[in-house]
Amino acid sequence: MTRIYLDHNATTPVAPSVADATARALRDVFGNPSSVHAYGQEAKTALDEARSAVARLIGAEPAEIVFTSGGSESNNLAIRGVAEAAAGGGRRRLVAGAIEHEAVLRTLKALDGNDRSIALVGVDERGVVTADRLADALSDDTALVSVMHANNEIGTIQPVAEIAALAHGRGAVVHTDAVQSVGKIPVDVRGLGVDLLSLSGHKFNGPKGAGALWIRRGTRLHAQLTGGRQERNRRAGTENLPAIVGLGAAARRLLEGGGQGTDEVAALRDRLEAGILAGVPGTAVNGGGSPRVGNTSNISFHGVEAESLLIALDLEGIAVSTGSACSSGTLEPSPVLRAMGFSPHRAQNSIRFSLGLGNTAGEVDRVVAVLPGIVDRLRALAGRGAAAGGR
Amino acid sequence: MRVVVAMSGGVDSSVAALRLVEAGHEVVGLSMQLYDQQQGTARFGGCCSLDDLHDARRTAAALGIPHYTMNFERQFESAVVSVFVREYAAGRTPIPCVQCNGDLKFAHLLERAAALGADRVATGHYARRTAASGPGAPHALRRGADPSKDQSYFLFTLTQSQLARALFPVGHLCKEEVRALARRGGLPVADKPDSQELCFVPDGDTAGLVEAREPAVARPGPIRDRRGREIGRHDGVHRYTVGQRRGLRLSTSVPLYVTAIDAAENALTVGPRDALDRTRLTASSVNWIAGPPPGGAGRVTARIRHRHPDAPARVEPLPGDRARVVFDEPQRAVAPGQAVVFYDGDTVLGGGWID
Repeated sequence: MTRIYLDHNATTPVAPSVADATARALRDVFGNPSSVHAYGQEAKTALDEARSAVARLIGAEPAEIVFTSGGSESNNLAIRGVAEAAAGGGRRRLVAGAIEHEAVLRTLKALDGNDRSIALVGVDERGVVTADRLADALSDDTALVSVMHANNEIGTIQPVAEIAALAHGRGAVVHTDAVQSVGKIPVDVRGLGVDLLSLSGHKFNGPKGAGALWIRRGTRLHAQLTGGRQERNRRAGTENLPAIVGLGAAARRLLEGGGQGTDEVAALRDRLEAGILAGVPGTAVNGGGSPRVGNTSNISFHGVEAESLLIALDLEGIAVSTGSACSSGTLEPSPVLRAMGFSPHRAQNSIRFSLGLGNTAGEVDRVVAVLPGIVDRLRALAGRGAAAGGR
Repeated sequence: MRVVVAMSGGVDSSVAALRLVEAGHEVVGLSMQLYDQQQGTARFGGCCSLDDLHDARRTAAALGIPHYTMNFERQFESAVVSVFVREYAAGRTPIPCVQCNGDLKFAHLLERAAALGADRVATGHYARRTAASGPGAPHALRRGADPSKDQSYFLFTLTQSQLARALFPVGHLCKEEVRALARRGGLPVADKPDSQELCFVPDGDTAGLVEAREPAVARPGPIRDRRGREIGRHDGVHRYTVGQRRGLRLSTSVPLYVTAIDAAENALTVGPRDALDRTRLTASSVNWIAGPPPGGAGRVTARIRHRHPDAPARVEPLPGDRARVVFDEPQRAVAPGQAVVFYDGDTVLGGGWID
């Protein structure tokens, strides 16, 4: 059975050029970038090249890039690092959107208490943290505002620049989790006007285990991993060089492609969405009313348990997701959809399709072709269960 | 044929999957998540803990079959845990495994399996199914071949339509054979110990679970002798079952046992050992797997609890899915809330809940 991968927001296949670069680094560049000798210098050069590529990708300076193990670590470093640095100045409030990734939400939860307070800003029914909602949550003792650039489950793009301007007006530091936007839409740190930005290589065809936190020069932040003086004292530990080289190669690939490819992906996404809406009755796009990244489509199938639909599709070789991969397994109704005001039912009836490198129109058409039959079968059984006593 | 195997992560359901794979079926492993495993740090002794889900996944990987975990927390809570708590609070002694089989595995899971296009659901129960001999003839449920492992007692609620789609691939094996097959098949759970406790009762503390859900039951009340005299106090009727001696804190010359539990009065009645003997009982919600006995009454052997030898009896169906059972010899400690299951030789005729 040929398989179809429509879960690129969970992770992406490594692009061939990236795999080559990573393999080369793994094989040939084993030195420690902190070493003085030729081996170390070679490794340091590879590290610097990756840093430059990542910086260029987001319109930053290389010295502002701190390599991490990925998006979760970047978010932890940003939030914990700023919260600690700001506490001395009496700023003890942390503000974030209600639909942030768990790496943000659970980090905030861990910091709550001890005379620090947390405020989560709700979204409107389109899945957007609006600037006026955010304004209400700001205070003069706000240390940090963290709002994601694009949402992982529904793909909605948040008005980060507007939010950053508001937050700066109150003296807060602004962080954006851009893990789901880099590679899908242009990301420019100056244009966004933020102070910190998280990204992760494996979300844009890089290897797992390497990400970055961009820290605007002059932003006060305490290191969270202490030890050696790597990454300008902001992240101790010998760098994961092969993965970082891969991250650099993934960044270069995007730079050289000039964003080319994202339009194609968006066209496929639109084809998929139109096909499903036309072919399967009782479907609706979640977050469709707001600007979205071009690869993501979150669709609710009325009366269908998303869990069963996901499994039925997988048995057909089609990989999708019911939301954030990190919270799958618990299968609580998606907090993102709940925050948008959807009923738990609609939230439990929703599937995320996320497209990317390698997907074709033929694949999209096959998904559109098999879905109606599967959904009919699931609905027939759900109806029978309901008739047998409302289970 | 596409077959779903309910995989608990134990050796029995793992070998059930192995046998179906070897028989050439398209096998899909499903595990049921029954409660929030991330909640707290309580240890769970039985099936379906995070470790068990992990074992199920490893086994499926070893067999090269897809494996999924489905969330049944809500259904487990309403069909099993809340019933269990309610029964204890009512002074009865429930058997949650029966509901877990009948109302989860062979109801919700069967439904989900059908939605996935699977014709059958297999489990690792030690029980056997004999397919109908012809159209219109009933399927039969039989004891597992290993008398020390037989689990047919826990399956008496199964209906014909459930049985028609059930498979018990290890039912004709004994435990040692199952372990040997697991070893030969290279399954990672070949030497995993059997689960002993109820999966949702942390540390086997049934009373603690009931009290956490129904704090009102934990109130002291009288312990009375057969003549109604108060001879002691108890800490809540949910701590006792008929036939129990432990935990009464009575100092009497003859050992005394709980002979009756009155939840409405919050009272226990105790008596000497022979006061536990009963020759008759009635049962409710009786299920006859292949219909009630012709002629209105029949000779059976009846089992009043798991791991209790069945005894010759006469069973007479009563209106309203009830039945009266009269044993040839007195039975010790007939506990309301347990099941009475009727057999004809190896065949399960049906069963019901002891009143």
